[in-house]
Amino acid sequence: MARTIELELTVNGTLRRAEVHPAARLLDILRDEFRLVGTKEGCGEGECGACAVLLDGKIVNSCLVPAIQARGSEVVTVEGLAVEGQPGHLQAAFETANAAQCGFCTPGMLVAAADLLHRCDRPGETETRDALAGTLCRCTGYVKFVDAVVMAGGTRGGK
Amino acid sequence: MIGAPITRREGRAKLLGQPLYTDDKILPGEIRGVTVRTHIPRGILKGISFGEGIPWEEFTVVTAADIPGKNLVASIVHDQPFLVEIGGTISHPEQPVVLLAHPDRSLLEKARRAIRLDVEELPPVLDIESAIEKAQVIHGSNNILKEILIDKGDPGPVFCSAVKVVEGEYRTGAQEHAYIEPNGMLAEVGREGERLTVTVYGSLQCPYYVHEAVKQLFGLPGDQVRVVAMEMGGAFGGKEDYPSVNAGHAALLAWKSGKPVKLIYDREEDMAATTKRHPSRTRIKSAFDRDGLLLALDIDFVLDGGAFVTLSPVVLSRGALHAASVYKCPNVRIHARAVATNVPPHGAFRGFGAPQSLFAIERHMDVCARELGLTPLELRRRNFLAIGDRMSTGQVVKETVDLEAIVSRALSEIGYEEKRRSFDAHNSSQSPIKRGVGFSVFLHGCGFTGGGETYLASVAGVKGLPDGRVSVLAANTEMGQGKTTVFAQIVASALKLPVDMVDVWSADTAEVPNSGPTVASRSTMIVGKLIEDAAYGLKQSLIQQGLLEMTYTPEEFREAVKTAVARHGSLKCYSQYHKPPHIVWDDTTYKGDAYPTFSWACYAAGVSVDMVTYEVKVDDFVAVQEVGRVVNPMLATGQIEGGVAQGIGWGLWEEVQWKDGRMVNNQMTNYIIPTSVDLPRIRVAFLENPHPAGPGGAKGIGELPMDGPAPAVLNALAHALGPIRLDEIPMTPERILARLEEADRG
Amino acid sequence: MRAYLPDYDIQSPETLDEALTLLSREPGKWRPIAGGTDLMVLLNAGRLSDLNLLDISRLTELRGISENGPSVTFGALTTYSELRQHPAVREHLPNVVESARVTGAQAIQNRGTLGGNIVNASPAADTPPSLLAYGAEIELVSVRGKRRVPYESFHKGYKKMDLAPDELLHSIHVPIPKGSGFHFYRKVGTRQAQAISKTCLAAHARIENGVVEELRIGLGSVAPVPARARSAEAVILGKAVDFLPIEDAVKAIQSDISPIDDIRSTARYRRVVTANVLRQALEELARTGRAS
Ligand SMILES: Cc1cc2nc3c(=O)[nH]c(=O)nc-3n(C[C@H](O)[C@H](O)[C@H](O)COP(=O)(O)OP(=O)(O)OC[C@H]3O[C@@H](n4cnc5c(N)ncnc54)[C@H](O)[C@@H]3O)c2cc1C
Repeated sequence: MARTIELELTVNGTLRRAEVHPAARLLDILRDEFRLVGTKEGCGEGECGACAVLLDGKIVNSCLVPAIQARGSEVVTVEGLAVEGQPGHLQAAFETANAAQCGFCTPGMLVAAADLLHRCDRPGETETRDALAGTLCRCTGYVKFVDAVVMAGGTRGGK
Repeated sequence: MIGAPITRREGRAKLLGQPLYTDDKILPGEIRGVTVRTHIPRGILKGISFGEGIPWEEFTVVTAADIPGKNLVASIVHDQPFLVEIGGTISHPEQPVVLLAHPDRSLLEKARRAIRLDVEELPPVLDIESAIEKAQVIHGSNNILKEILIDKGDPGPVFCSAVKVVEGEYRTGAQEHAYIEPNGMLAEVGREGERLTVTVYGSLQCPYYVHEAVKQLFGLPGDQVRVVAMEMGGAFGGKEDYPSVNAGHAALLAWKSGKPVKLIYDREEDMAATTKRHPSRTRIKSAFDRDGLLLALDIDFVLDGGAFVTLSPVVLSRGALHAASVYKCPNVRIHARAVATNVPPHGAFRGFGAPQSLFAIERHMDVCARELGLTPLELRRRNFLAIGDRMSTGQVVKETVDLEAIVSRALSEIGYEEKRRSFDAHNSSQSPIKRGVGFSVFLHGCGFTGGGETYLASVAGVKGLPDGRVSVLAANTEMGQGKTTVFAQIVASALKLPVDMVDVWSADTAEVPNSGPTVASRSTMIVGKLIEDAAYGLKQSLIQQGLLEMTYTPEEFREAVKTAVARHGSLKCYSQYHKPPHIVWDDTTYKGDAYPTFSWACYAAGVSVDMVTYEVKVDDFVAVQEVGRVVNPMLATGQIEGGVAQGIGWGLWEEVQWKDGRMVNNQMTNYIIPTSVDLPRIRVAFLENPHPAGPGGAKGIGELPMDGPAPAVLNALAHALGPIRLDEIPMTPERILARLEEADRG
Repeated sequence: MRAYLPDYDIQSPETLDEALTLLSREPGKWRPIAGGTDLMVLLNAGRLSDLNLLDISRLTELRGISENGPSVTFGALTTYSELRQHPAVREHLPNVVESARVTGAQAIQNRGTLGGNIVNASPAADTPPSLLAYGAEIELVSVRGKRRVPYESFHKGYKKMDLAPDELLHSIHVPIPKGSGFHFYRKVGTRQAQAISKTCLAAHARIENGVVEELRIGLGSVAPVPARARSAEAVILGKAVDFLPIEDAVKAIQSDISPIDDIRSTARYRRVVTANVLRQALEELARTGRAS
C-alpha cells in the first residue's frame, strides 16, 4: 500500500521535515526535498561513494539508506563541511593539493576524508588509501586526494 | 603566467558542492524522461504495444513517427536513427525505440517495463572475425565502416630476405569510460507563434556537435537552437558523440510535452547503451636485419566499430597513424579497417584508437627483442625516430626529438637496470611473488588527425567586459581537465594581466563561437593558440584606438577596456584556425603531415604477480613525457595521473563482458575500475621543449597518458612471468592462469 | 532508482515481540531489512520482488556483541565496523575481523550486518567461511520461541535456508578457540577493495603435540552455498605437522567444490586458485605448528 511518513531529521545542523515514502532513498530526499545537490548519484548501488554522507557521525552511502531508517538521525553532507560558506580545514587542504578534477566524486571523497579524520588523528598514506577506497574517482590517480587528506591530518594537530 | 602551478579556478566551488551538474539544474515545471530500448542485437521492429495498468494518457510518448525533421543523428555519416521506426532495422540491443515523459520518476520506470516490442529476429554479427568473414552482411557489401591504407616503401620482398621476421597478434577489449556522472540532458522548447526555439543543457563535450544534431532533428536554423554545457562529471570521450543522441531525445520529449524534460541515465543504462572504447585486433609482421634494425612492418589493424559509423573513421585513422609508433622503418604497410557489428556503436575514448595500436607495437617490440637476443631497451634505441626521419605517412620529423633523454630519465627514475637484475635473482627463488619491470615508449599526435583542423576552421575569441576585465569565448568544455584555468592563464600571459582579470565564458552556443570539439588533446594547443592570437588582436585594437600605450599596467588596461566597451557597446576579437602553409596532408593517399606535432613519452612500471592467485599489483609507475611547454604543471600532473590510472585499469582489470551484443556486467560492482588501494603513487615528470604551434609553446597532453600504461605493465609482466603469451588486455588473473597453463602444455 | 515506490510498504516495529507477531500473522509476507546494503541495491535496480519490508534495524534485542563464557555472541544486527573494533573478537576470532575488514568499504561496513550477510545467502559472502571455520551456531527466533542450529547446516541449497517464514535470525554464537590456534583467511576478489569474492577460504586449526587435532575449512564462491572443505580436512586431520600430506589435501579439495563460470571469474580459475590458497594455508599451518 502506498503511504508516506513524516520524516524528521537534522541536516547540517538544521532540523528538517519532509513527507516522503518510507522506502525513499536518503539521497533523493537530500537532493529533491532539501535541494542539497552537492551529494551526487553515481551508481545507485553503494559502489561509487559519490552519494556518501555522514549519518550520525559515520560515513554511509545515502543511496542505500531508506527514509524510515533515517528518522531522528543527524546527517552531514558536503555542504555541511563548510564553515559559514567558506572551505573548512579539510576543504582547504583539498584546494591546496588541487585534489578535485571534474568534481563529481569530490563530495564523496570529502565525506570519506572527514569520516577518517574523526576516527584517526593523523592518518598515514595507507590508512588514507583504505578510507578512500569506497569512493571511485575516474579523473585522478587518487594521488592528490591522498596527499590532501594526509596534509589535513598533519596540519590539524599542529594548529 | 604560463608555467605557473595555479590551482583550479572552479576548484573551491567544487569543494563546497556548489557547481550545478545537469541533474542539479531545475527548470520550472520540468518533468522526467526515460528511453525504451530494443533487447535483441539484430532484427526488424514489427510493432510496439503498451501494456495494461499504466495511465498512458498521462504520458508523453514519442516514437519515430513523431520526429519533425530528420530521424538521423548528424555525424560523419548520417546512418544512426534517433529512434527505430516500425518496419525499421534493429542494429544493436540498446537501440532507442520509444521515449516517455511523466512528472513521476517512479511511475515512468513502471511504464518503461510495460512496453513490449514486437520484433522479428535476424542472425547477428557479434565480433571482428564474423564481421570480416561476412557471416552476415550488416553494413554495405562487406561490413567495413572505413578502410585506410598507409604505404611507404615496399615491405613485401623484405620479408623474404630479412634475417629475422617476427609476427604477432594482439587484442584489446572494449573499455567503459566510467565517468562518475552518467549521461544526462535537460531540454526546453519555446514557441513564439510559429517560431520554435530548442534549448538543451547537458553533460556534453562538444556543444556544436549537439547543436548540429538538434538542428537536423527539428529542421531548424542554427539561431533557433541553443546548447549549453553544464558542469561535467568526467567524460574522457564518452560525452563526445553520444550527447547528440540523448540531447535529441530530451528535446523531442520537451517539444511534444510542452514542458522542460530531464533525461538522466542511471549507471546500468549508461554503461549498457552508451559508447565504449573500440575493441581491436592488430596483426604485426616485422622484419629486422642482423643488427636489429627494423626493415619492414606490415600491420593489419582492425577495430570493432559497432552498429553505426559514428566516429569510427577518425578513431581508426588515429590508430593507424600511431601504429608504427616511434620507430624508423623504411618499408611500412598499415592496413586499417573498422568493421560493423551488432553491438552499440563504439566511440571516442581518451587516446582515440592510438592506445590500441600502440599497445600492439609496444608489446611486439618486447617480443621481438627476446627473439633477437637484445634487451628491450637496446632494440628500441637502435630504431628510434630522430629529427629528419620520415614516419609512415612520409611526414618528416621537424623538431628535435630526444627519445634517449626521455627514456633514460624514466628508466633511471624507476631503477630499471637494478630492478632487472634483482628481480631476475628474486624470480629464480621459490617465492610465490614474481616481480618484473618493463616500459613503453610512444608518441601522441597533437590536435586533429590530418586535415581535421583545416576542415573544422575553428573560431575562438576574447571579449572585453564592462568592468574592464576580459573573457575568453570558446565552446570548449570543462570536464575536470582544467581548461578554464589554462585558458585564463594563456590570455593573462598574452596580455600581461593577473589571471583574475580573465574570465572564461561557459560553453553556450548562444554566446561563444564554434571553437571545435573538446577532444583530441586540442584545447590547449589549437584553441589556446586561437585565444592567444585573439588576445593580441584585442590589445592591438585598444592601442589603435588610442586607448592603450604599448606598455601598460593592468589598471591602465582595465580602464582602456571599460572605455572601449562603453564607447562601442561591445569589444570582441576573434581568431580563426588557418592551416600553416608548411603542413601538407592528403586524405586520399594518407600521405603528408598527419599532425602538426607530437608529444613523446616513456612510461615504466614495476609489477608483482602473486602466483597463488595470479593477481597483479603495480608497485611503481613512472611517467616521463615531453609535451612542449607545460602551461600549468599542477593540472598537467593531474591529467597524467588520471590517464595512467585508466591505462592500468584497461590493461589489467577492466573487462566488458558481452552476451548477444549486450554488456552484461553493466554495474560499477562488476566492471572493475581501480580504487585508491589498487594503484601505486604515480610519479610524473615533464621534459620541456617548447613548440611554436601552441600558445607559449604548449602541446597536447590529455590523451597521451592513456597510451603507455598497458604495454608498460604487460612488458613488466613478461619480465616477471617469462615468455608466455601476453598479447591481450585486460590481462586478468583468469587470463594469466590460462596462459601459464597453455605454456605448461607446451 | 527503478522501483515503483508506491508498490512498496515498510513497517518499522519498535520491539522484537511486535516484529515477530507481525511475521507470524502473515508468514512469508514480510521481508526483513537490516542495514539494507543488499536489499536497497535490489530496490534501486527495480529487482526487489518482495513488496513488504520489515525494518528490523531498531530492534535493540538483535544488537550487540557479548562474551558468554566459552563463546562470543553477535546480535544479528552487528555491523562490520563493530566486529572490527571489538577487543574480544580481535583477540579470539581474527578471521571474523579479517572478513569484516575486506568487506566492501567503510560506508558498507558501517551499515551492513552479520545477520544480513548470512541470510542474504550469497555464495560469495565473506563472513560465512570464517563462521564455518570456527564452528559457529546460529540462533533463530519466532513467536514459537528460539532454536539453535549449527551454522553449517543452515544453508540448504542456492538461496535456500533452514529459516521459517516467521523467523528472524537472532544471533550468532562463535566458540572461542582453545589455546593458541592457527587462523587463516584469504579472500580473492577482483580488486583490493569494493570487491566481490571469486574464491574465499577461511581455516582454523588446533595443534596439540605436533598433531592437527582439529581443523575446519570454510569456503566461499566455489559452491551454491558457503561450504566446508570436508574431504580436504579429512586428509589433514590427525596428521603430524611435520608430515602434512599437503598435495593430497589440495587434490581432495577439488571434490569439495563445484565452481561455475560467471561474469566475475571462471570455474577453472576458482578451482586452481582455491587449491593454491589451500596449499598456502597448509604450508602456513605446518610452519606455525612446527614453531609452537
Ligand atoms: C558496495 C557493496 C559492497 C559489498 N561488499 C561485500 C563484500 O565485500 N562481501 C560481502 O560478503 N558482502 C558485500 N556486500 C553485501 C552486503 O553488504 C552484505 O551482505 C551485508 O552483510 C548485508 O547486510 P545488511 O544488513 O545490509 O542486509 P539487508 O540488505 O538488510 O538484508 C539482506 C538479506 O538478509 C535478510 N536479513 C537481514 N537481517 C536478517 C535477520 N536478522 N533475520 C532474517 N533475515 C534477515 C534480509 O531479509 C535480506 O534478505 C556489499 C554490498 C555493497 C552494496
